[in-house]
Amino acid sequence: MKHVYGWLLLAPAAVLLVGFTHYPAAATLWDSLFSTGTVVRPSRFVALGNYAALAHDPIFWKVLGNNLWFALGTIPSSMAIAMLMAIWVNDRLPARALARMAYFTPTVLPMIAVANLWLFFYTPQIGLFDQIGAALFGARSHNWLGDPATVLGCTMVMVIWKEAGFFMIFYLAALQSLAPELEEAAKMEGASRWYFFRRVTFPLLMPTTLFVLVNATINSFKLVDHLFILTKGGPDNASSLLLYYIYQVAFSFFDTAYASTLTVVLLVLLAGLALVQFQLVEKRVHYR
Amino acid sequence: MSPAGRRAPPLEIAAAWLLAALWLSPLLYAFWAAFHPVQYATRFDPLAPVSLANFARAWTYAPFPRHFLNTVLLVTMILGAQLVLCTLAGYAFARFEFAGRDLAFGLVLVQLLVMPEVLIVENYRIMSRLGLVDTLLGIGLPYMASAFGIFLLRQTFKTVPRELEDAARVEGCGFLGVLWRVYVPLARPTYLAYGLVSVSYHWNNFLWPLVVTNSVHTRPLTVGLAIFGAPESGVDWGVISAGTLMAVSPLLVAFLLFQRQFMQSFMQAGIK
Repeated sequence: MKHVYGWLLLAPAAVLLVGFTHYPAAATLWDSLFSTGTVVRPSRFVALGNYAALAHDPIFWKVLGNNLWFALGTIPSSMAIAMLMAIWVNDRLPARALARMAYFTPTVLPMIAVANLWLFFYTPQIGLFDQIGAALFGARSHNWLGDPATVLGCTMVMVIWKEAGFFMIFYLAALQSLAPELEEAAKMEGASRWYFFRRVTFPLLMPTTLFVLVNATINSFKLVDHLFILTKGGPDNASSLLLYYIYQVAFSFFDTAYASTLTVVLLVLLAGLALVQFQLVEKRVHYR
Repeated sequence: MSPAGRRAPPLEIAAAWLLAALWLSPLLYAFWAAFHPVQYATRFDPLAPVSLANFARAWTYAPFPRHFLNTVLLVTMILGAQLVLCTLAGYAFARFEFAGRDLAFGLVLVQLLVMPEVLIVENYRIMSRLGLVDTLLGIGLPYMASAFGIFLLRQTFKTVPRELEDAARVEGCGFLGVLWRVYVPLARPTYLAYGLVSVSYHWNNFLWPLVVTNSVHTRPLTVGLAIFGAPESGVDWGVISAGTLMAVSPLLVAFLLFQRQFMQSFMQAGIK
């Protein structure tokens, strides 16, 4: 009877999970082996033809490279800021609750709202960055989001602002679980604050750092909402990311087969990262 | 949070405050722009007249009341369905031995990685086959069986002592009665944490709702905000700020009131 009850309880969730996660994932793989059908030319089996096209698609390589730069540009820096925030908020800082609130607030906001606000900062001439640049350094106006050289960097700065507070809470939890005796012992030895951080706190935070790193990398592939407001992936795909390109191919160019092929690449990347994550979890179990 | 931490040196205190000010400034700036006429958008004159005109205009430029209603309905519907489905599934995984349980659990966890927004192409096709494009149900359906919720409730239910269940059984409770009388009340903190994460996630979610909706009758706030805030809409800066603040204010106020709960819930969601 237990078998029946177990499955009965699971059934409603299982139907939805299979219907909207497993089946579409499998269907994506299947569709990537066919051409996109049109009215005059129905869809036909092309085997790995879409993948061959992908290998020769400069935009695909461009957005994949952008994803890499985006991850490299946002993750280590926001983690470093997050660590600093956590250490400060963990200390007896005056107005500590206010500082913690300030650091964390961007996490609660939707990316669309954040992009709406930041769009104005980057606007040439009237935008805040240009105004500050002109007032302090007499800098000339710059089209921050219109210049392929600066656009990806601009989106990165915004994402760092949005994500650092989220990573902070993991470091904060880790710091609070560290034994206070460590710090007392270091004080008795006369260790400087920097020395204590470098030799004690930082190494002890390493498991948290690895954990946040992997999760942030996985998440970086899903962060595309801001592109819809700020740049539409442009100029010339300079700020586009893989998931945004998938959206464009599927819903602006209506090439669903090729969009499926791109999705398969994304799924493979995510699966690879999940394996790394899984191994980290295994290791952590050993430590305990 | 811990009173044990030592006092930071003055230079670091100053740096921490500076960083906090820097971090708050984009939001404070949005407040400034929203509450002042557009000619003060970048002129920080403390005597500038305060007005609500931007809010009034934002409210009429875009169908905000409708977007608000859609988002509230969507978030409520998703959370309600998630609570029921995840409770049942979490209970099955925590307390029932059934064939294929471990494999099924592994398959559930796949969704932690492959969220519905990654599968937009195929999920859109499924929704159009089901005739659910441009419906609130179509936006919510892929999220209702939440792997995170199932996982979280399974972990919580596993910590409930068997003796409590046995006592309830002696009193004549069936297996659903036990779930309702014993497990659900004991998991209240988990439900709260999960509820906060779910509501924040779906209040802010954008890509899938954008893909699957095409009319004002179903578009949630984020999608409405994107149309409204896009540079080509030509709406002026103060109005965009006002609209953006209106859209985020319910969540922002909730966060300011329940900060600790929010941070703890978000952390649980991250650790999984």
